[in-house]
Amino acid sequence: MSLEIAYFAWVRERMGLADETVDLPANVTHVGALVAWLAARDARGQVAFAEPQRIRAAIDGVMMGLDAPLAGAREVALFPPVTGG
Amino acid sequence: MIRVAVQPAAIDIATELDLHDAGGHGASASFIGRVRGDGDLTELFLDHHPAMTATGLADLAHAAADRWQLSALTLIHRVGAMVPGETIVFILASSAHRAEALAACEFLIDRLKTDVMLWKRETFADGRIQWVEPREGDQARAEKWGA
Repeated sequence: MSLEIAYFAWVRERMGLADETVDLPANVTHVGALVAWLAARDARGQVAFAEPQRIRAAIDGVMMGLDAPLAGAREVALFPPVTGG
Repeated sequence: MIRVAVQPAAIDIATELDLHDAGGHGASASFIGRVRGDGDLTELFLDHHPAMTATGLADLAHAAADRWQLSALTLIHRVGAMVPGETIVFILASSAHRAEALAACEFLIDRLKTDVMLWKRETFADGRIQWVEPREGDQARAEKWGA
């Protein structure tokens, strides 16, 4: 499955890119598995996703938990907890 | 009237007051959040999500308008690079009487800190750069308003 991933804040800095399109292995079926897959993929992913509990996600513009399924998703955003205001 | 904006340009409070048109509303309450220069901070950068930040602010504004009888509401958040003293966020809520305007204003700033896609990065005079960590107190304040 082809999926767009967008990164924000320190996740983007640690990944060294704002977005990418990936071809997902069939066993990556939910957001948590995607985070684990990115962490195992290369050195940048390992640094960016060393602490999965600090990662938040949105699928196609809607905030989701790490257990959310990826089936049907077009874009996944991965980012730290927000700090606006 | 609800006015919501996410903008890299400086927030012009006088212009926003005019646009809000508080005439005849009875009571208006405002919140202005500014960049603090603590610890020799030289720049505050606000990262955002192009679509989701605007949607998140609009959702919050409509949640406030559903909850309280507001005659006008302005919610403006700045993004990009700012220096100490500049305005980060401006909230102005108007209603017939003070209680609703004050409550809506407090609700909006509390929930803004936990619900909207915005991230602060600080740069200091000695070159240090750090992303701001969320505060537990902010989470507790946001949760007191319920779902």
